[in-house]
Amino acid sequence: MSHKVVVPIGPYHPLQEEPEFFRLYVEGEKVVDIDIIIGYNHRGIEKLSEAKHFDQVAFLVERICGICSSSHPYAYVLAVEDILGGEAKVVPERALYIRTIIDEMQRIHSHLLWLGLAGHFIGYNTVWMWAWKYREPVLDMFEMITGNRNNYAMFKVGGIRRDIKEEDMPVLRKALDELVPAIDMFYGAVMDDPVIQARLKGVGVLTRQQAIDWCVLGPTARASGLNIDIRKDEPYGACDRLDWKLIVEKDGDIFAKTKVRILELYECVRMIRQCLDKMPKGSIDADIQDVPAGEGIGRVEAPRGECLHYVKTDGTNRPIRHKIRAPSFMNVASDKVSAVGGTISDATITLAAVDPCYCCTERVVVLDRKDSHKVMNGWDLIKLSQEKTDKIKEGLKNAAAK
Amino acid sequence: MDFRLKALTKSIWVFHISTASCNNCDIEILDCITPRFDVERFGIQLIGSVRHADALLVTGVVNRKAAPLLKKVYAQAPKPCVVVAVGQCALSQNMFRFGYNCPEPLDKILPVDVYIPGCPPKPEAIIDGIVKLVNKVRQKK
Repeated sequence: MSHKVVVPIGPYHPLQEEPEFFRLYVEGEKVVDIDIIIGYNHRGIEKLSEAKHFDQVAFLVERICGICSSSHPYAYVLAVEDILGGEAKVVPERALYIRTIIDEMQRIHSHLLWLGLAGHFIGYNTVWMWAWKYREPVLDMFEMITGNRNNYAMFKVGGIRRDIKEEDMPVLRKALDELVPAIDMFYGAVMDDPVIQARLKGVGVLTRQQAIDWCVLGPTARASGLNIDIRKDEPYGACDRLDWKLIVEKDGDIFAKTKVRILELYECVRMIRQCLDKMPKGSIDADIQDVPAGEGIGRVEAPRGECLHYVKTDGTNRPIRHKIRAPSFMNVASDKVSAVGGTISDATITLAAVDPCYCCTERVVVLDRKDSHKVMNGWDLIKLSQEKTDKIKEGLKNAAAK
Repeated sequence: MDFRLKALTKSIWVFHISTASCNNCDIEILDCITPRFDVERFGIQLIGSVRHADALLVTGVVNRKAAPLLKKVYAQAPKPCVVVAVGQCALSQNMFRFGYNCPEPLDKILPVDVYIPGCPPKPEAIIDGIVKLVNKVRQKK
């Protein structure tokens, strides 16, 4: 009876979009193993970068990921500035503050985006719509400051490309003020809702030791009690001149990951406000002409974790080696411990909880290990997850009625 | 008008394929269905299975691993089915044209009906592209 049915609906999954293919092995309801296959999004950016000169590479690495499209160019310019003597030495003061503003605004939009998608996965489509509604004003601010909603093209070696105009600052402040009540609302909704608590607490747990073993980064690590953050460990931009605190939670479950991200939104707003207050006047670009031979490393805390760029130069106008490591590469592997042992209906949210950049070719195929039947695709998984939330809701309603 | 073509002018169901893209176009497409733009007002919906699709929205530059899958997905779509290329990568391969892993542009692989330029195109541009498409289908009679 080993009749193998493969339903290939998976390769392109229209919601969370990036090229990973998860194969879950299940026995009944329980996930017993998971395979992660990547490579659907490989574009050869490191090689292409060797054929471009230093100013062009920033545009290229911006297109690695659309959500953290300021982290990659930032890490790259940090790597080149590392060869030139360090960011603080090369870059004018005002540019440092503007860099931090762009970086933190991007964190706000990325976390709101994740919150929306996470809400969708557990059956709260309202959360999705609301989170994305409040994300729009942030994108409008980006359009006002940089000229584009997503690829900002702000970073260049030795400074930034566009200044923030004086008349734009009150608009930016107002947008931040309007954002805070929205974050309050999300925080209240997550903390008070018994269904969300029942759904997320104790699910997809990554203990502190596992977090260390699997080298996870960013909010995923901070939710497991590791206090790592490049903005504290190796400050860049204006991060060390601002007053902000590191959000660390101990539990390691999805609830903790959600809480870390929501609380980080407050810190981002605080940081941008301080930047706007403290920003000095002056030039924004050091006008770098030549890059000497050498090696440099740039590290930036992207919304998902540490993003590392290594650049090697030989005195010509282009890098001879450019190595990139994005945070999701480490985080996605940790699904192997956090998703295994849970139920299938929790698998979607567990896989999504590390906020992987899995976009295009997310392919979830569930195989029943006993008779190796192909059972379901990504949409069925989301449906299962949403049904579980409905069941919990019903249960709570019934309990209240009694 | 052929009734199958007529069906394409109302309540278009869209299946979204992102080959090797950077997420930006994909997020802008999702933006279209969230409150500010809300194309579901016109019955345009993102759906989970390509077998129900009226239109394929393709984003990103097609790489070697994604190309055969893309062909497979297109073969499964019920015809007539329109293909919309969203973003510069799908149009002209953008800056990945000389990459070793991106051999062909999208329109050498699938017949593309509408091109929406931009990196990424704004949601308004995507909606505009769909409107132009519907008008084009209507004029065919």
